[in-house]
Amino acid sequence: MLALIPLFPLVGFAINGLWYALVQSRPGAKKASSGVTGTIASLAILGSFLVSLRVFLQLKGMPADARFVEQTLFSWIQAGELSVPMTLRVDPLSTLFTLVISGVGFLIHVYSVGYMSHDETPGKFFSYLNLFCFAMLMLVMGASLPILFLGWEGVGLCSYLLIGYWYTDDEKASAGKKAFIVNRVGDLGFLLGMFLIFTTFHTLDFAAIRDAFHHTSGGLLPAGADFATLSAIGLLLFVGCMGKSAQVPLYVWLPDAMAGPTPVSALIHAATMVTSGVYLVARLSFLYDAAPMATGVMAGVGVFTAFLAATIAMVQSDIKKVLAYSTVSQLGYMFLACGVGGYVAGVFHVITHAFFKALLFLGAGSVIHGMHEEQDIFKMGGLRKKMPQTFLVFTVAWLAICGLPPFSGFFSKDEILWLTYSSPRGSVALWVLGAATAVMTAFYMTRLWSVTFLGKPRTDEAGHAHESPWVMTGPLWVLAILSAVGGLMGIPHHSWLQGWLEPVIHTSHELAPGVTASSEWVLMGASVAGALVGIFIALRFYRDLPAVARLRERLEGAHKVVFNKWYVDEAYEAILIRPLMRLSRGLWRWLDVAVIDGIVNGLGRLSAWTGQSAKAIQTGSIQVYALVALLGLFVTVGYLIYGSF
Amino acid sequence: MSGISPVAFYLFAGLALAFSVMTVLRRNPVSSAFSLVMVFFAFAGIYATLGAHLVATLQVLVYAGAIMVLFIFVIMLLSTDVPSLDLGRTPRWFRAAAAVVVAGLFMVMTRVFRTGGGEMAPGPYTPEAVAAAGGNTRVLSELMFSEYILPFELTSVLLLAGIVGAVAIAKRHTRKGAQDATSSR
Amino acid sequence: MQLQAVEPWVILSFCSMIFLVGLFGLLVRRNVLIILMSIELMLNAVNLTFVTFSRQLSDLGGQMSVFFIITVAAAESAVGLGLVIALYRTLRTVDTDEIQILRD
Repeated sequence: MLALIPLFPLVGFAINGLWYALVQSRPGAKKASSGVTGTIASLAILGSFLVSLRVFLQLKGMPADARFVEQTLFSWIQAGELSVPMTLRVDPLSTLFTLVISGVGFLIHVYSVGYMSHDETPGKFFSYLNLFCFAMLMLVMGASLPILFLGWEGVGLCSYLLIGYWYTDDEKASAGKKAFIVNRVGDLGFLLGMFLIFTTFHTLDFAAIRDAFHHTSGGLLPAGADFATLSAIGLLLFVGCMGKSAQVPLYVWLPDAMAGPTPVSALIHAATMVTSGVYLVARLSFLYDAAPMATGVMAGVGVFTAFLAATIAMVQSDIKKVLAYSTVSQLGYMFLACGVGGYVAGVFHVITHAFFKALLFLGAGSVIHGMHEEQDIFKMGGLRKKMPQTFLVFTVAWLAICGLPPFSGFFSKDEILWLTYSSPRGSVALWVLGAATAVMTAFYMTRLWSVTFLGKPRTDEAGHAHESPWVMTGPLWVLAILSAVGGLMGIPHHSWLQGWLEPVIHTSHELAPGVTASSEWVLMGASVAGALVGIFIALRFYRDLPAVARLRERLEGAHKVVFNKWYVDEAYEAILIRPLMRLSRGLWRWLDVAVIDGIVNGLGRLSAWTGQSAKAIQTGSIQVYALVALLGLFVTVGYLIYGSF
Repeated sequence: MSGISPVAFYLFAGLALAFSVMTVLRRNPVSSAFSLVMVFFAFAGIYATLGAHLVATLQVLVYAGAIMVLFIFVIMLLSTDVPSLDLGRTPRWFRAAAAVVVAGLFMVMTRVFRTGGGEMAPGPYTPEAVAAAGGNTRVLSELMFSEYILPFELTSVLLLAGIVGAVAIAKRHTRKGAQDATSSR
Repeated sequence: MQLQAVEPWVILSFCSMIFLVGLFGLLVRRNVLIILMSIELMLNAVNLTFVTFSRQLSDLGGQMSVFFIITVAAAESAVGLGLVIALYRTLRTVDTDEIQILRD
């Protein structure tokens, strides 16, 4: 039963992939339309969504303490102490992720049918998309770290394939490579963390590791582990998360990943794949609870990422780039939440973010589609009238991400900020940065929204923009409803989500010293006020675009730095890439050419020399051979005769 | 071993040894060939001494008669009756090494013949029994056409194959083959 | 002078002597014809061991073997001399020093 969830997309991938590879990719062959291939792919995801729903209901019917379903498919790795069966396990945490992945994934598949209607190879696109869903579902359903890692690498592969989907464009192809290579750095951390877990706990199964924490010998720590080891594990795994979930300093691939088709950005680079780091941390929350140093680093990195990305997002003019930096910023929030011990809040934000950010991306995709591939928001304007449906749903998403009640983003973001302030692991400094980021978020999203949709059309293209077909707007509406009401599952103090996740994630309601429960309402009001301030400033400011341009000229220097993303890419180029290139070239010249080639060629010359020297023995005279043979006979027989007497 | 005349044996053995050494060492192939004939005769004598009369006869007929004639024919055919100086051309160390190996093997073999071998049950064909049954030739012939009939028939096949092979190898090449041979040289 | 009876091992040693003389010729001579003669010598030496054993063990199987060996030897020398003729016709020599086609 459980296996069906990832099996559906795998079958869809096989059908579309084989059909494309064997039939459609031949030269001159007719390509299947996006309608046919997209329907196959969408049905596959719909199937896995329905099974996920069934599993969810099954879990709901179980007693809270025993809520999990498990299925072992086959024995995968069996080597000495290491035993990794291919086991799928769904518990309250995984089931939320499978629902989000298959549900949002289904909507995005449907949307893609319309979006990719002009594409030349939709069969390939949908097969990749299905493969991604398969890998992502394996990631969240795997019962042990290696299976999670299998999915982790699988989604990385699909991300690479889909970013470089239009590979004939050099820039897009290298964006895919960049994503892949940056992720390798993180994966190294993940692998090392995994090894360390195995040497410490002698198992890689999540439930078994968790049991080790329950059987503590008197203290807080499981047998065989100390604080240093746990901190190292936590930090190494967090390095993996930095790569996959685009945290400082490994976030640089995500903005470039926007080179892929917009539905891909929505599914992979906003709703699902990039949140797998949060999933991993939530899955191992018991471990992070015991490693305060790792969570401290996580919170710091998270809030810094959120802040930095928000500043960059404020000045970008490409609609997708703004959303990309916004995603990085929101991911920072999620890690901030995890870092201060609010794993449930982090997961909550993953879910609401999946709704509203997917909606934002798909809305942006609809705009881009209507504007015939134009992505510069300053060439848009006045789309409110041309694309009324897109405008309405985009507005919902905008309000959600700004954090205005009662939209979903308010609840999750407010929860995070409250925990940052109140948790024993939080601090006021973190809260200030987080709140400032919230204001900036409201600012840049309002900027995006108003410049794109309000005012008058600034180009002819914008004047002739058209609304997207129903197959695209339909999923937008569903996501809009979810974005609007999704927050209700986590109303403070009556949070359904917290109760649901309680068996998996133990939440302490401890408050930091000096924090009273009543200050929650004050902070809530402050964050709403901050959002409103951000919105207000942006609305006032961007009503008069020429004034903005004047201001930009006056602040030329500062704007340039931020617009160029704080020159992070350039710094990486200078600090890492060039020295590495030089090192590699040196290694090639000296180690490869001189030493290794020398050894290989030397061996060749040695054998040639041996042959030349030994040729002298080969006289070609049979009599010499016969003499030698007889000598051997004499020695052998002589030994047998005289040796035995 | 009883019934063997030591005088006859040592006489024939000495002759055989002397002529075999000459066979190997004479420079002229014709001279070697005639020495070899003498060896064959001496061997026939030893066979007769040992009571193997049929073998002795065949030795003279086949070896000294047929095979040696063949050798002489070939030597004459190839006109290589000029003294063959090849013995001097083998390196001295090689000759010495060959002599050492040969001497060593002689020691080993003699040792084996003197000390090796266990007691074996003697067969029924003692010299007396053979003589009573009509002599060596009669007994052997009867055996050959009864117990050994299959190997005997097989030798005829072997001889046929030998004839065909010898003819095929020694036959003068056809015109085409001859041209190939000249052009390749 | 009273000679003692000939012991079998004396005959066998004599055989090995003839055999090794043939072997020596095989090793040191360069003339293919003489090498063939040396081989004949060795065959004869083996024949004599058969006959000796036949006499010693009162079993005529040894002499029977000699017949077959003589037959094979006849065939062998016919083929061998045929080869020598073919060789001479091709290379104009019967000297093994000059017959080293395989080496180069």
